Amino acid sequence: MLESERPKLIGENGLRHDGRRIDELRPVKMEVGILTNASGSAYVEFGKTRVIAAVYGPREPPQKYMVLPHRAVLRCRYHMAPFSTDERKNPAPSRREIELSKVAREALEPVILSELFPRTSIDIFIEVISADGGTRTAALNAASLALADAGIPMRDLVAAVAVGKVEGHLILDVDQVEDNYGEADMPVAVAPSLNAVTLLQLNGVLSSSEFSEAFKLALKGIGEIYRLQKETLRNKYLVKVE
Amino acid sequence: MSVTPTSPEVIISRLKADTLSSLAKKGVRADGRGLEEFRELKIATEYLPKAEGSALVKLGDTQVLVGVKLELGSPYPDAPDEGVLVVSAEFVPTASPAFEPGPPDENAIELARVIDRVLRECSVIDTSKLVVVPGRKVWVVWIDIYVLDHGGNLVDASSIATLAALLTARVPKHTLTEDELIHVDRSTSSEPLPIVRRALTVSVGKLGDSLVIDPTLEEEGVITSKLIVGVSDDGMIAGLQKSGNGYLTLQEIENAVSLALRKGAELILRVDELLGRREAATTEDVKGVECGEGQRESESSDNA
Repeated sequence: MLESERPKLIGENGLRHDGRRIDELRPVKMEVGILTNASGSAYVEFGKTRVIAAVYGPREPPQKYMVLPHRAVLRCRYHMAPFSTDERKNPAPSRREIELSKVAREALEPVILSELFPRTSIDIFIEVISADGGTRTAALNAASLALADAGIPMRDLVAAVAVGKVEGHLILDVDQVEDNYGEADMPVAVAPSLNAVTLLQLNGVLSSSEFSEAFKLALKGIGEIYRLQKETLRNKYLVKVE
Repeated sequence: MSVTPTSPEVIISRLKADTLSSLAKKGVRADGRGLEEFRELKIATEYLPKAEGSALVKLGDTQVLVGVKLELGSPYPDAPDEGVLVVSAEFVPTASPAFEPGPPDENAIELARVIDRVLRECSVIDTSKLVVVPGRKVWVVWIDIYVLDHGGNLVDASSIATLAALLTARVPKHTLTEDELIHVDRSTSSEPLPIVRRALTVSVGKLGDSLVIDPTLEEEGVITSKLIVGVSDDGMIAGLQKSGNGYLTLQEIENAVSLALRKGAELILRVDELLGRREAATTEDVKGVECGEGQRESESSDNA
């Protein structure tokens, strides 16, 4: 990457290129029950990153052999719409999407009480409709809301955010530009009440102490997101009894 | 689409699973190892005559063959003065009854992408030295990971084999004519591949409530999740990936990372020793064996 093209990511005032503080999330929007056919659905927005998640099931899977006798199987697809990126994305699943579908499924497995639904499948379909960094974490926030909206019994919600390192600073909620030009990007997903880390990836190089600090920063953001998720569900389902 | 595996790579009885967990709790393992001990490691480099770099790694019962091929190609438009790195993995059907022929599945893709990220992010290869005609012709380094026999811990075995193959790979001799035709002579190599940093992965598995490294295939049947940690020779964390259906607690993550950094530093030194790159400081248990036809095999009876 040519040095001249590189935008200044942290200004003199200590603010980021979009005016955020280093430990500030992008503007977040969450909504559940946005689709009529799905058992559960959610829309999640982190700035210009926008994601839809739909959950179907527990139901009989299309391939009837694809079941387990003691639990439900999870089927999870992370997919980016062709118009979600600067240059049109080929809709065929890329290697990246195959990997992310796997890590997303594995991030949700620990919280779903799949043993309650033997010989069925619980299907989670995630569509990224606008990608501006942090799509996998937005996807997990949406998927977890959609599962709750579908009434699937869960041990906890999963809340996720990516932290990064740009120009030597650790930052919360990495966007596209910060991911492209930054030194490290670390998505983290946690089930807060279980004290369980269900997704952790790092693309980049960090020292041991930077990692600890970055992890703490992620937990701070996750606390905020978890609160927003619960508030979103409460707003839809809480009924005031006169 | 990713689906909960319905046909596991290994099926073990409940009794055995319980035994493996309770053994781990006592700090021992079925094969007599401690929780923080690698299996016996053997590396044979310059193993293949036609590849520019190659290594066969045996880690316990696991065998991984890595071939490095260099070909001339175009650079990426956003990095015109850098060579290109491509990592792929094949879980060959020879390796396990659970592996089917066909395009790489999510496990093979994940493995290749994790190793790719570790190599790329800590600049193991100095790609700026792989330019032949600036902006137009660069060396493409194809790293192909071939899992031959699945005895557990494929990621670490693959990362060791990749590092060994890269460290011993050579760039073919090439001459540039005036009209920019490039003549490549693969029979003679001009120089080694420019490796400026060494890095590999150490995977830490959660077996019951214990953290173990280098699990066997059987142990992997019990491990609910693992943390793959990229480790560089200067002690940095060069990548992370939580893998598996389970979770790790915050404390387990912290412990896993520090365990991996410690074992990773040892493992890098061991790979150096086995490759004969380090002078005989601790080499009494290391034999450098000439195996004819330019093939070199080194092995150690100790654990890394």
